[in-house]
Amino acid sequence: MIHLKINDRDVEIEEGSTILEAARKINIDIPTLCFLKDINEVGDCRMCVVEVEGRRGMTPACITKAQEGMIVKTATPAILEAREVVLDLILSNHDRKCLTCIRNGSCELQKLAQEFNKDEIEFDGERIEKTIDDLSPSIVRDNNKCILCRRCVAACKKVQGIGAIDCANRGFNSSVSTYKELSLKDVNCTFCGQCIEACPVGALKEKDSTKEVWRALRDENKYVVVQTAPAVRVALGEEFGMEIGSNVAGKMVTALRLLGFDKVFDTNTGADFTIIEEGTEFINRLTTGGTLPMITSCSPGWVRYLELNYPELIPNLSTCKSPHQMFGAIIKSYYAEKMGIDPAKIYMVSVMPCIAKKFERTRDDMQGVEGLDDVDAVITTRELARMIKQAHIEFTGLEDSGFDDPMGEATGAAAIFGTTGGVMEAALRTVAEKVTGRTFDNLNYEDVRGEKGIKSATINLDGKEVKVVVASGLKNAETVLEEIKSGKADYQFVEIMACPGGCVMGGGQPIRTSKERATIDIRGKRAGALYTIDEKSTIRKSHENPILKKIYEEYLGEAGGHKAHELLHTSYVARDKYNLE
Amino acid sequence: MKTLEEINNIRETKRRELDLRVNTSADTREKHILVCHGTGCTSSKSPKILENFRKIIEEKNIENVRVIQTGCFGLCAKGPIVIIRPEDVFYAMVKPEDCEEIIEKHIQNGEIVERLLCKDIDNSVVKKLDELTFYKKQKRIALKNCGVIDPENIDEYIAFDGYKALQKVLFEMSPDDVINEVSNSGLRGRGGAGFPTGKKWSFTKMAEGDQKYVVCNADEGDPGAFMDRSILEGDPHCVVEAMMIAGYAIGANKGYIYVRAEYPIAVKRFQIAIDQARDYGILGDNIWGTEFSFDLEIRLGAGAFVCGEETALLESIEGRRGQPRLKPPFPANAGLFGKPTLINNVETYANITKIILNGAEWYSSIGTETSKGTKVFALGGNVNNIGLVEVPMGVTLREIVFDIGGGIPNGRKFKAAQTGGPSGGCITEENLDTPIDYESLKAIGSMMGSGGLIVMDDSKCMVNLAKFYLGFTYDESCGKCTPCRVGTKRLLEILERITEGKGEEGDIEKLEKLSRNIKNASVCGLGQTAPNPVESTIRFFRHEYEDHIKNKHCEAGECKALMKLFIDPEKCKGCGLCKRNCPVGCISGEPGKTHSIDTEKCIKCGTCITKCPFHAIANK
Repeated sequence: MIHLKINDRDVEIEEGSTILEAARKINIDIPTLCFLKDINEVGDCRMCVVEVEGRRGMTPACITKAQEGMIVKTATPAILEAREVVLDLILSNHDRKCLTCIRNGSCELQKLAQEFNKDEIEFDGERIEKTIDDLSPSIVRDNNKCILCRRCVAACKKVQGIGAIDCANRGFNSSVSTYKELSLKDVNCTFCGQCIEACPVGALKEKDSTKEVWRALRDENKYVVVQTAPAVRVALGEEFGMEIGSNVAGKMVTALRLLGFDKVFDTNTGADFTIIEEGTEFINRLTTGGTLPMITSCSPGWVRYLELNYPELIPNLSTCKSPHQMFGAIIKSYYAEKMGIDPAKIYMVSVMPCIAKKFERTRDDMQGVEGLDDVDAVITTRELARMIKQAHIEFTGLEDSGFDDPMGEATGAAAIFGTTGGVMEAALRTVAEKVTGRTFDNLNYEDVRGEKGIKSATINLDGKEVKVVVASGLKNAETVLEEIKSGKADYQFVEIMACPGGCVMGGGQPIRTSKERATIDIRGKRAGALYTIDEKSTIRKSHENPILKKIYEEYLGEAGGHKAHELLHTSYVARDKYNLE
Repeated sequence: MKTLEEINNIRETKRRELDLRVNTSADTREKHILVCHGTGCTSSKSPKILENFRKIIEEKNIENVRVIQTGCFGLCAKGPIVIIRPEDVFYAMVKPEDCEEIIEKHIQNGEIVERLLCKDIDNSVVKKLDELTFYKKQKRIALKNCGVIDPENIDEYIAFDGYKALQKVLFEMSPDDVINEVSNSGLRGRGGAGFPTGKKWSFTKMAEGDQKYVVCNADEGDPGAFMDRSILEGDPHCVVEAMMIAGYAIGANKGYIYVRAEYPIAVKRFQIAIDQARDYGILGDNIWGTEFSFDLEIRLGAGAFVCGEETALLESIEGRRGQPRLKPPFPANAGLFGKPTLINNVETYANITKIILNGAEWYSSIGTETSKGTKVFALGGNVNNIGLVEVPMGVTLREIVFDIGGGIPNGRKFKAAQTGGPSGGCITEENLDTPIDYESLKAIGSMMGSGGLIVMDDSKCMVNLAKFYLGFTYDESCGKCTPCRVGTKRLLEILERITEGKGEEGDIEKLEKLSRNIKNASVCGLGQTAPNPVESTIRFFRHEYEDHIKNKHCEAGECKALMKLFIDPEKCKGCGLCKRNCPVGCISGEPGKTHSIDTEKCIKCGTCITKCPFHAIANK
């Protein structure tokens, strides 16, 4: 333990802690902007400067390690003046159109401006106008709002190992840029959206799809169906001030009905389809000498990553569409037929924790029904919250209601798709029983749960061993892929999610502040809520979902069969990292 | 490969052969024609001069004459410089076509070519280098070999005690002995901050690490500074040797020198030095049969001033964007590739071999109480003898400017001198007698800096000066931290506004507040010192700022936007030259009568001022 004095108060803290952590321990907060725990620890913005006795100048609290006997001052007049000037300088070079900014109300810079009682910009001056990149299907990058904290750069490079964006030029002309300032759509960006989650201001945001959804809802000729991903229900409440990890599935369904959707379905049912198809595919590969390891394909950021970086591993990728795409295809085929609706009139909206889904929707071979996109619009958890707010629905006071029949009932296995390891666990529940032909009582695969970036396990299926590995975050994915490529690992089944922690931490989820990310286990709370859903579910194995059984019997035929392939499977292409044309 | 014995033999025989270089009464029939091949003289065709000399000598089949390229002699204002040894005759501003005459008259007939001799400040003609006032107050330690040896010839370096200090260190001293010697010498970092060199060495020695590095910072970037360049161009081996000694002292076997790519001659000569040292087995494994191994590599800087900051330099060597790191940890503990690293600047290293050979006591006898030894300055600006000077610490600025520098040209008055470049401050007339050392310069609001010394006469506007330096730091800020990235831009904007006549009440206070906080909150030395020129000019020349802001007037007349030209009726003879040359036709007047300027139309180009033969046109 380290003992130091902060503002004349004694603090005891573990060795290796920073001054910021020590100060927070005794309820002294220090403003930060560029700091993002474990991700961007650089001390660049200088908002958190403090004075340490015996040191020249001021030092950043966010990255300076607390030392025995240190005497720290966090709020002298000189410090407050320095912070105020730093804030003023940032604001002077920031596009201050707060009213029309997506982060109005959730912006860390705006909050600081308020806290510092900024009523004017003292050191205003030239600002270089930058072109907005809104060409990609997923991300809008507006450098006019960028404050060069580089949290996005670190998220992209350090967490994801991509480096699609980095700092270009120097001094006042510095800017976060892509290679040759190309659009994100033309570089090695995977559209995971971790940069958006990292951004403290409105410089990065999802490509908004709410307007087109509103348009569809107003169109009387359209039959507007919505589906919601498992991770959305455990995060949406945060946008309305609810506890992190609240399961608001019931209120969400009610709100969606109030917004005017004709049918509200659960993507979890799609996830059950995925397990059946993927499980079957895996068993086939395993038994017929197919390409192994098989790697999951539900995370579109991950799929794009593989296409960009490891095209030689495309044969390893499961040909299964992701759950919402499968579900969209089922709605426009089986459901349309059954209900007697012209599938061309169906407008399928997916509410996702993910912004890469916006891109996935537009991919080739995502038209299960000839000529019709499986999904017509993807909105994120954040966008759904905005629609609910726009409609002035008092979300927290809503009654619960259930998903619509006949597609409403999904399994616990599907719910855990929203967290890292969940797809693997759900698949193993099915694969184990299919391979061994017996029923398992313990359905929890603890080895693939938890926050670790890479988790491997060996599953014994009555003598037959299956080696599996689960990775979340693309940097971890890279590690696993390199192991596979070099022959160092002999996995048979690999689950990869682009976002660290899986979909609960997806790029479309509610954005939490740097301080919240440093002090709250956001992933654990959101994932915990999904595991609770699973525990409470009456059916916890996808192959026991009665609706699926029915649809396979009535419509699809065999799992992995011809019809299933037509509707539920897709194909991949090798992609160039940089499109210079 | 050369054995130690062979190297000692080279030293003895070569030293005898080259005695004429340093001894005017050397007993020899030989003559050496030394041609300066520093960057300055090279750009004024000194390679052509060398070529001509060699050609003529060959054609005329003259014996016992050698032509040698050397490093900088220092008096760059008079370049290209040619010196004939042993008689030490100094020819200034030599042209390639002068070679024939020098050979015929001087070499063949023993006559001095009077017209090429240099004039001293008092207009007296000087024959010998040592007779020039410019050299009289100098003491050459770091520059000892510059202008004496051929920097591309290791034998010549060896002849003048080269690699003798290394020998002494490896065979007679322990690493601690070396560090003690350096500590006792009182040598402090010549890069500008003046950190005690011995202390730095000892910290790096004490730091734990399986691998340690020695780095030489040769990313000299201050505008107008060329001390390090001249050392590398004139005596590269002394830096190689010093880095090896440092490696031995701290326990490093690998060194990097980070040189800016804009110094092609320095880079080339340093590479030659490395190659030759490797060839002689001086660099390499188990040097001279000892346990000590050392090798050296050059890394080129890509033109970023911030890479002169030691941690940004390390980032750059490691192949990343040149941006500073948080300190602590200091490089002594976690430097290059995270390993303990010693970083010194070129001039610091250039003192090491002399300290080892002559002892700490000798070195510390030179200089002042707190600052020992000498300091090299690149003297520039409004001063007669522009060039490179090395003076003992404690010499006053007045001596440098007026004695060595020969005073201010064109009969103008001294106004201020800037030391420390864009990180420093200005020194005014009243502080001219301050002895030059780290502490005194700091006390008067400036700093030692790396050695740029710019002299300004009374035609220089101090607001404009601050603007110039801020323009530089604004341009060179890496952009990592907010105060430096945006703050320098805002300082520059305010200064631009003031010099354009758009200054507002409160601007000085804004500059002060911004400066104070940029200094306090910036990550590295660049930002922490960037406001110094602003603070220092406000401190000493506040009235000039006020004059610009309140009266929209620039006394020095440098700020064009504030110029109001008028014709003095007392002096104007009505010759009409100004009227004929005015590009916008804003001057009117009858021949023979006083002319006048329409200030509304005037674009302040200043043509009329330069054309008027009677100095009748001036800024109001």
